[in-house]
Amino acid sequence: MNELQITDFTFQGKGPYNLAIAAGTVSGLQGASGAGKSLLLRAIADLDPHQGTARLGSMLCHEVPAQLWRKTVGMLPAESFWWHDTVGEHFHVPVQELEGNLFQLGFDAKVVEWQVSRMSTGEKQRLAVVRLLQNKPQALLLDEPTASLDKANIESVEKLLLNYGTEQQVPMLWVSHDPDQLERVADSLYFMESNGCLLQRS
Amino acid sequence: MDVKPLSPLDLSIAACLVVALALLSRRFRLGLEKRLLIAALRTTIQLLLIGQVLRVLFDNSSLVFVVAISMVMLTVAGREVTARQQRRLPSFQGWLLGTSSMFVSSFSVAFIALAVIINNDPWFTPQYAIPLLGMLLGNTMNGIALSMDRMTETLWQQRQIVEQRLLLGETASQATAEIRAQAMRSGMIPIINSMAAAGLVSLPGMMTGQILGGSSPMDAVKYQILVMFLIAAGTGFGCITAIWMLSGRLFDERDRLCLDQLRT
Repeated sequence: MNELQITDFTFQGKGPYNLAIAAGTVSGLQGASGAGKSLLLRAIADLDPHQGTARLGSMLCHEVPAQLWRKTVGMLPAESFWWHDTVGEHFHVPVQELEGNLFQLGFDAKVVEWQVSRMSTGEKQRLAVVRLLQNKPQALLLDEPTASLDKANIESVEKLLLNYGTEQQVPMLWVSHDPDQLERVADSLYFMESNGCLLQRS
Repeated sequence: MDVKPLSPLDLSIAACLVVALALLSRRFRLGLEKRLLIAALRTTIQLLLIGQVLRVLFDNSSLVFVVAISMVMLTVAGREVTARQQRRLPSFQGWLLGTSSMFVSSFSVAFIALAVIINNDPWFTPQYAIPLLGMLLGNTMNGIALSMDRMTETLWQQRQIVEQRLLLGETASQATAEIRAQAMRSGMIPIINSMAAAGLVSLPGMMTGQILGGSSPMDAVKYQILVMFLIAAGTGFGCITAIWMLSGRLFDERDRLCLDQLRT
């Protein structure tokens, strides 16, 4: 089973951080804005330089190509960015394989023809989840995945992510400002203080 | 037919035009007069000096002299390319990058032109080597500076998109393919445009000079075509080198975007 293990992790004068997230479980991460939660996620995704080791099962971050690590440890940034004109151009698997996830989030297969420039923030955020899952990541780093969604959509995104996590036995690190949400989704809780210190809550 | 020499009086009349413009600028408070006069003065002094250097050089056709002058020209051009960037690499790296691309764009192409195409004896005959190299450096410098500027500027503006693409598992070169193509286009468009307009809209400077100097129009035209091709090829190879080196500098070995090192 793939456990996500972060050991003696330091970057930009922060840390050291130690985290362990078991396969198929969710660790919530809370903390003040600017404490460095997103920076921690970026460093684990190997988007920023860091010291220490990040390990997923037997895969060590610094031993595999960066592209493979980032596909395997999928990070959903707080704001999603789209660079092609239509949604479909951002998907590299046939739309039939995505239909299940699209339906769950209230879309249908026609969404691939949508113009990115006409989408709302919420639509982009939900579609970014589908886009991330097409890589079949084996760990998930989620930076406020439901921040700009209404209640019904928050529910469906939570459900989709939790189902995926259980089915694929994926460890997840879930950043949220909403204590109720973490209550719902998280098996364990980390709290980041404004000086960057990480505390584990039971 | 020999070229009709210009007397200092002839040049003074032309200078009066510039002075008249400066006075006009002062009268209408355009704020141009100081810069205009300093630039005019610089052009006079710099060109008179280089005229002296070339006179000595042409009398002693030595490879060492030609190489020495070329090196000075190359170094200055490399510095100039970097200085024109809105966001640039730290000084030595930036200079190295600029100089390397200028070397590719100008030295290699000028060498082929001198040794293979024009084929003088000796191949480095300064009357050909120095003007040719100067023209290549001057013209390819624009294209290379433009493409580098476009590359860093677009990367800066689209850094979040680039990082999003990296997060989805793309390589640095996949994530910047469009940006690099745009940068390449920005660098190449000026020379492509001037090749397209040559002869119809503008008479290129070198050709004009040769005709004034008494060459037959057809000889001048052939040299102009040669120079245009050399500039186009040089600019293209130089831009490719510059963009390739920039990509290497702006991403680390783990394909992370490192824009913090750029100075404004």
